[in-house]
Amino acid sequence: MREVYVVGIGITSFGRLEYPLSEIAAYPGMMALRDSGLSAVDHVYVSNMGGCRMNSQSGLASAVVDSLSLTPAGAETIENGPASGASAIKQGYMAVASGLHDVVMVTGAERMREANVFDAVEFVATLTHPLAEAIYGVTLPSLAGMFTRLIMKKHGVTERHLGMVAVKNHANAMFNPFAHLHEPITLEGILDSPEAMTNNPYVAEPLRFYDCCPVSDGGACLILASGDAAKKCGKPRVRLAGVGQATDTHAVHERKDPTELCAVRGAASQAMRMAEVKPSDVDVAELHDAFTILEIVESEEAGFFKKGEGHLALEKGETALKGKLPINPSGGLKGKGHPVGATGLGQAHEIVAQLRGDAGKRQVKGAKTGFTCNFGGFGNNVVCLTFVREK
Amino acid sequence: MDLEKMLRPVDNPLPPFVPKYMTLASGETMVVRQADREEIPDILPHIEKLMHVERDFYDIVAARVYAELLAYCRHRIQDEYVLVAQIDGELAAVVNGRSLNRETGMSLHTIALRRGMRVGAHAFATKMEYHIDALKHEEVLIVAESPIGFRRWMIEYDLAKRFHIPHELGGVPSYSLTRELFDKARGSLVVGRRPVPEKLLKKAEKAILPPSDPPKPPQDLLAATRAKGDPTGTALMTQRWKQGGL
Repeated sequence: MREVYVVGIGITSFGRLEYPLSEIAAYPGMMALRDSGLSAVDHVYVSNMGGCRMNSQSGLASAVVDSLSLTPAGAETIENGPASGASAIKQGYMAVASGLHDVVMVTGAERMREANVFDAVEFVATLTHPLAEAIYGVTLPSLAGMFTRLIMKKHGVTERHLGMVAVKNHANAMFNPFAHLHEPITLEGILDSPEAMTNNPYVAEPLRFYDCCPVSDGGACLILASGDAAKKCGKPRVRLAGVGQATDTHAVHERKDPTELCAVRGAASQAMRMAEVKPSDVDVAELHDAFTILEIVESEEAGFFKKGEGHLALEKGETALKGKLPINPSGGLKGKGHPVGATGLGQAHEIVAQLRGDAGKRQVKGAKTGFTCNFGGFGNNVVCLTFVREK
Repeated sequence: MDLEKMLRPVDNPLPPFVPKYMTLASGETMVVRQADREEIPDILPHIEKLMHVERDFYDIVAARVYAELLAYCRHRIQDEYVLVAQIDGELAAVVNGRSLNRETGMSLHTIALRRGMRVGAHAFATKMEYHIDALKHEEVLIVAESPIGFRRWMIEYDLAKRFHIPHELGGVPSYSLTRELFDKARGSLVVGRRPVPEKLLKKAEKAILPPSDPPKPPQDLLAATRAKGDPTGTALMTQRWKQGGL
């Protein structure tokens, strides 16, 4: 297989965007083309989860390729729940690595705020098991709430640890101009003050408001190229060095131990093994913190910390921007936002920016190896990526 | 004949609002207090700027609030009160309303000059408290002009329908926060502490400082295209692309 490089990146602001879904996908595509210096690609992959339902737009890839005047390049839409973004990157990777194409665009978009928050939550819940979960009114926050209870009991994670993740990621998002939330929060304000319960009410106990990511619109794009094509672009050589994907049971209760995120473990180890790196080699990571608890548990499943010790590393500040392993310097889904189908691309955008040294005030000093974990369903389809900066 | 006297509403002093304060999610302290007529000119310039922010109906709300504040300042509205929320002296929200009669209050507006952290929601809850506890109203008539307002008032408080009563804001059907509904919200949606520490209150009263991060028109290129008659944004994107910069 050929080596695959990231030669262009682009992103929209995450938050509420007032233009059509196809343009949310096209805009970062334009920025990525500009970044790469290219004006044409061989193929366009577009990740999206809810366009048909929330925006009444199907055939998104056809719209995007035309919006960008990239015809007659091939184009298709990739839907893999909240892991659509990283899945699309994986498809792009395979196309370039196999020699099928030299340069591909992978762009993703979601426009969720067109729906009201209740419809948006219900839409995301469509990825749960229709007969074993959804029929009983299960939503992602409710699954995450039950999961959190089990983790608390098993490993001693407390609401304070969850709050610490939220405070950290909101603080990181303050340095990210693309982030949805520019809202610094404190433990006093969300947990300790007499008004904390109003500021930060329970959503799915023990998860509170600030433990849950916002509902966001947004898009992000990567342009992937073969080694030869990448040389011509002259951008810093960031290689997509590892791709891993794993699945788990659709219904969470069918898992032997629902506190084990086996798909994260499997996908992460594949992505690192393929890149020939160990968890200790990773300098910066973007983990799928749709709920604060997920950042803690994913950090363990990815091998960064021992099982049951992710919250202890958090306590010590190891995952802070200036810590041993900064996690979610972008603000993560919690602070940057979670436009579901585009989230994996947003994560990859951040890691590439970090490895290029272009992350501004949130730059992780000397970052050479970066990792992303894009978590689909409630851990039933996970795609992890490893990026390496070459000299 | 003193024409000014004829034009002014009946002088009908309302009971004073006792200031309160609360801690926000950011850890900052927000003081809510009554604004005197003399302070209104300090508030108006900050509201005026929001008349040009289309997002979340700030433009409509700001235009109406501006008129209501002016009317209050210059004695052209009956039984209005104005409360301001301040964070470290900075203007964070303005809420106002008026007493319709002894039993009923008319909520006018809630405008947040600092987004997020329930600034507007805390300020709204405080003005409802003023209506129910200080003005002794049995109910307050409410409408929302934005989806955010609808979510915060109608849904969170589960307001009662009074659709047969046109609200003073646009004549649209009213919702009502009854004393019973308000009592249910005490301690959960309605929070805050009294008395306000002297130092905090003095700082708030000393000056209404400009908001440091008020809502602004969208900076994002494509979001701005709506106002330029290019709803898809394509024309502007293409133009900028040709010009060599996004």
